[in-house]
Amino acid sequence: MNRIRNLLKGLFTVPDISWPLVGRVFYRNFRVFRKTWKTNIMFHFIEPVLYLWAMGFGLGVYVSDVHGLSYIQFLAPGLVASSTMFAVSYEMTYDSFTRMNYHKTFHAMVATPVSMDDVVMGEIIFGTFKGLLYGGVFFSVTLLFGLVKSPFALLLPVPLILLALTFSVLSLIWTSVAPNYDSFGYFFTLFISPMFLFSGIFFPIESLPQGVRYVAWLTPLFHAVEVVRPLILGRLTTTMLVHLGVLTVFALLPLRIPLAMVKNRLIN
Amino acid sequence: MNNDTLKISNVSYSGGNSTVIAARDLVKTFDDFEAVRGVSFSVNRGECFGLLGPNGAGKTSIVKMIYGFSPVTSGELQIFGMDVAGGARQIKARIGVVPQEDNLDPELSVKENLIIYAGYFRLKKDEARKRAAEILEFMELSDKADTEVSKLSGGLKRRLTMGRALINSPDLIILDEPTTGLDPYARHLLWQRLRRLRDSGTTMLLTTHYLEEASQLCDRLVILHRGKILEEGAPQELIDLHVGQEVMEVGVREEWRETILEIAGNLIKDYHVLGDNLLLFTNKGKELAEQVPLKAAARNVPLLYSRLRPSNLEDVFLKLTGETLEGKGCNRFEQD
Repeated sequence: MNRIRNLLKGLFTVPDISWPLVGRVFYRNFRVFRKTWKTNIMFHFIEPVLYLWAMGFGLGVYVSDVHGLSYIQFLAPGLVASSTMFAVSYEMTYDSFTRMNYHKTFHAMVATPVSMDDVVMGEIIFGTFKGLLYGGVFFSVTLLFGLVKSPFALLLPVPLILLALTFSVLSLIWTSVAPNYDSFGYFFTLFISPMFLFSGIFFPIESLPQGVRYVAWLTPLFHAVEVVRPLILGRLTTTMLVHLGVLTVFALLPLRIPLAMVKNRLIN
Repeated sequence: MNNDTLKISNVSYSGGNSTVIAARDLVKTFDDFEAVRGVSFSVNRGECFGLLGPNGAGKTSIVKMIYGFSPVTSGELQIFGMDVAGGARQIKARIGVVPQEDNLDPELSVKENLIIYAGYFRLKKDEARKRAAEILEFMELSDKADTEVSKLSGGLKRRLTMGRALINSPDLIILDEPTTGLDPYARHLLWQRLRRLRDSGTTMLLTTHYLEEASQLCDRLVILHRGKILEEGAPQELIDLHVGQEVMEVGVREEWRETILEIAGNLIKDYHVLGDNLLLFTNKGKELAEQVPLKAAARNVPLLYSRLRPSNLEDVFLKLTGETLEGKGCNRFEQD
C-alpha cells in the first residue's frame, strides 16, 4: 500500500515539461530506430500478409459472411488496429525497459536540462509514432489486397493515434513497476492477447455470451476497431463518435500516471 | 588543431560569487537507511574538489543530489547560488556529469552520441557538430567517430562518457568514480585529460576511492566515512597533519607490539595496527628505520619484516577510520 502511494506521489501536480526537450527525447529514439527500421518494417510487412492469407483466405473459406462482408473484408481492418496495439506494446515494455534499466538512457538524459517528465513524455510520443507507423504498414498491405473501400480511410490516423497513445501509457505504467523482462509475459498474456482475441477483430462481439459481451466495452482496442472498420469500409455511423469519445478518454485520462510512476521509481 | 585548446567556458557567475557548490547539513535518507548524515562543504570556482571514501560512504548519494537525480532529504544544497530543488534545469544546463556507470547510446556511433547529447542542451546543429569534433580531438577519439558505441572497449567508452560531459562547455564537471574498473593505461590517459581541464580552470567535483586519483587531481578533498565528513583539506596537508611524512611498516607478533612502540618512543607521531602489521607514522623516517631493527635485535624481538615508505592518503583514512579504502576493516569485530 505504502509502495503504491510512493509510486503515485505527485500525481496531481503539474508535470515539469519543456516541449522542445520532449522533442529531443523523441528524436533520440527516432535516430536509434532509423538504424534498424529496414529490417523492422520488413517483419511488420510480412506478418500481415501471412495473417491475411491464412485467416482471410484459409479460414475465410468456411465463413460465408459476417455482417454481409467476406471474412477477409471483416478481418483486415481489425488487424490494422491490433498491429498498432502490438507495435506500441512491445516498444513501451521491452524496449523502454531496456532504456530505463539497462542502457540507463533515462539517467543520461536527466543529467542534462531534460526533466524526467520530458523523458517519459518523449517515450510516450515515440511509442505513439511507432504504433501509427506499423498500423500504417498493415493498412498499406490491406490496400494492396484491395480491401480498402472508402477514402474515409484517410482519417485512420485519428483513431490509430488515440489507440497508440492509450497503449503507450498503459504499457509504460506496467514497465514502471516491472521488476524484470519476464514480467512482461504477464502483461501480454493477461491484457494484450485477450484484448486481441475478444475485441471484435476475429468475430463480432455479439457472438460472445451476454454477460461477457460488455467486457469488450472496457477495452480500448474494441473501440478502436469499431472506428477503424467503418472508416475503411466507408460505412459511417454516429455510434463511431461514441467509440471515438471513449477512446479519447482512455488515451488522456491515465496520461499523468506513467509520468509520476517512472519518476518515482527512478528518482529517489 | 592542438589538443590543448578545448574551450571550457569560465563565465563569471552572477553576483561575483566564487562558490560553485555550497552544501550545509546535507542529509539523505532512504527508507530507514541514512546514506548522508549531515555533510557541509563548499567548492570554489576553478578548484578540483574530491569526495574520498570507500564504497557506501555516501559519495554517490551526494553527487546525485547535486545533479538532481535524488531529492535532498534535509539541509541546504546550492549550485551556482541556486537551490537544487528550484533551479534544476538552469543548474543542469551548466554542469557536465560523468556517471559511475556508462549510459551511452550503444546503438549510435561515437559522434552521434555527442550530437544527440548536445541536443539535450539545445545546442544548434552546426554548433553541436563543431563542438563534437573538438571533443573527439581532445579525447583522442577522432578515428573512432563513426564506430558504433557497443563495439568500443571499456576504456574508450569511458573516454566518450567524459567527452560527452564537456559538450555544453560546463562551468562544473561532476565525476563519479570516473576510472573505476579501468586498466592502468586507460586510467592514466583519463587523468591526463582531467589534469588539463583542471589546469585550464574548470571546476571539478570528483568522487573516488582511489587515493592515487585523489592525491593526483584534487586541490582539496573531504574524507567521507559512513555518510559523515571525517576530515577536510589539501591532500598533503592531511597527510602531514595526521600521519607525517613517512610510514614504517613493521611485521611483528602481537606480544612484541608494546616493545616496538616503546623502542620507537617519540620518533613516531602515531601508530596503527593492521593485522600482523604495525604502522608507525613518523616525520623522522630515517632515524626510525635505523633504530627499530637495531634495538629490536638487542632485545631479542623477532621482526617478520620492516620497510619504510612515503605516507599517503590511505594511511590518513586508515588512521581516522580503522578501515582501508577498499572497505576492509582491520578489526574484525568492527567490520560487521
